[in-house]
Amino acid sequence: MRRNPGALFVAPALCLIAAFFLLPVAASFLLSLTDFDIYAVADLANLRVVGVRNYVTLLRDPLFWVALRNTVYFVAVAGPLSIIVSLAAALLISATAVRAKGLFRTLYFLPVVTGLVAIAVVWRYLYHPRFGLLNAALGLVGIGPLDWLGDPTLAMPAIILMAVWKNFGFNMVIFIAGLQSIPERLYEAASTDGAGTVQQFWRITLPMLTPTFVFVGVMAVVGNFQLFAEPYVMTQGGPAHSTLSIVLYMYEEGFRWWSLGYAAALALVLFAIVLAVTLLTRLRARNVFGGEAGPATGESAA
Amino acid sequence: MMHRARVPLLYAALIGGAVLTMLPLWWMIAASLMPTGEANTFPPRLWPSRVTGEHYADLFERLNLARYAANSVLIAVAVTAISVVLNSLAGYAFAKLAFAGRDRIFRVLVAALVIPGQLGMLPLFLILRQLGLINTYWAVIIPGMASIYGIFLVRQYALSIPDPLLDAARVDGAGEWRVYWEVVLPVCRPILVTLGLFSLMGAWNDFLWPLVVLTDGDMHTLPVGLANLVGEHVQDTELMMAGAVLTVLPVVIVFVALQRFYIAGIMSGSLKE
Repeated sequence: MRRNPGALFVAPALCLIAAFFLLPVAASFLLSLTDFDIYAVADLANLRVVGVRNYVTLLRDPLFWVALRNTVYFVAVAGPLSIIVSLAAALLISATAVRAKGLFRTLYFLPVVTGLVAIAVVWRYLYHPRFGLLNAALGLVGIGPLDWLGDPTLAMPAIILMAVWKNFGFNMVIFIAGLQSIPERLYEAASTDGAGTVQQFWRITLPMLTPTFVFVGVMAVVGNFQLFAEPYVMTQGGPAHSTLSIVLYMYEEGFRWWSLGYAAALALVLFAIVLAVTLLTRLRARNVFGGEAGPATGESAA
Repeated sequence: MMHRARVPLLYAALIGGAVLTMLPLWWMIAASLMPTGEANTFPPRLWPSRVTGEHYADLFERLNLARYAANSVLIAVAVTAISVVLNSLAGYAFAKLAFAGRDRIFRVLVAALVIPGQLGMLPLFLILRQLGLINTYWAVIIPGMASIYGIFLVRQYALSIPDPLLDAARVDGAGEWRVYWEVVLPVCRPILVTLGLFSLMGAWNDFLWPLVVLTDGDMHTLPVGLANLVGEHVQDTELMMAGAVLTVLPVVIVFVALQRFYIAGIMSGSLKE
């Protein structure tokens, strides 16, 4: 055997991942135990280890709780809403009678590939209280005009609506794949037994899609907890902090005020929450399916 | 199975959905071509009274958009080219080459898949600052050069390469590099296109990280530049829409051309058990 090529092949990628991903992640833990601030940015001699003080501060920080509540609000509403819309779209496209499936799939998927910043800019104008398209449409049925991004109770729903529009195509594609994997004979058997379309949907389609739901749900939770660009571009976290998200708060603490120690604590708390929710979802899924945690849990593709 | 009477309803729903989905994008394009002020009228217009390219010209001549676009292209191309090579090398090795600790390392990587990128962001900033790389292209390129997800994607695909194919090349005297170059890369082409697309779009659309490390106006990428423009030119609706079109259009074109690979990639990510 010559020099081991396998090790050489993985070395560049592994070194990069270790140095620029795993090491910073580990360093986050340490950073969160220090008072790293603007003075430490200027001179590392000003750095002090403060133990869990950042975490104590965080628990007493009203803005942290506001950001957490807003983020949970977004996750809890945008995720399920997007899943319902994407399942509906997937069912429509998958209906046997439909031609041009590819065309509809592409059109519905387009918002997914567009950049969030550009889209947030566009929607800012769609939500304009006087000239926006949305209020014009609502005006036709006698509603409004509503100040979507200026009203603290409407700003988060506005962001959610935009996020659902932008994301549903992604889940839709996964649902289409899930629907294709349901054996046709199940429906045939149900038809013979006299089950109608509605009954087939509840008795066959939904149960057979459960692994897909788990996958899509976990992806939605992980992705939606990272809410940032939408409030950054559309509302700057306002009005009255009603759209301040955890990542936006972390960005402001870390890179606007240079409280990197405190921001690291925020990042870690966010990670702990995401991890807990993900594990709980998988655990529950495992209980439901008896050992099968659904697709894409990582391991064992072979 | 579908009753005949329902088919028109089905299409009505599909077409209605498609119109709603396309409307924001349509309005973006229409508004970007309207004469100044026309996007701020009531009722809103969906069609320019007169098509004008003045806002696009404005972005390039008066504002720094050409520079942002060049930055975006350079970063996206570099990240894509490098990450496809490095991830495919590693992914292939994890699937097909024996080396000490291979499976243990791979398990660690897969476990690390759940870690969100923002977690390491603050220390990563300090590391790159120490290296003097803030406000250079490298600050965005280096963290994107290899990814666990990319390695994972290639490895899962490379597992299906038949060993006799590789052995045949080795018997013919090919070294491991040549086997990789002449056998593995061609066989893995579909997944590499997928991986390249993911990298390209990820790098092009990335916002938070470039916002943090590319603060110098001349270094902005399109999304960062656009977000800054909103601050200064929020009243110039037509100008902002032109900027949005230029940010969105390149990825949409790439996607439409190569969507088969992109959608196949998403589906395989969700179905491989």
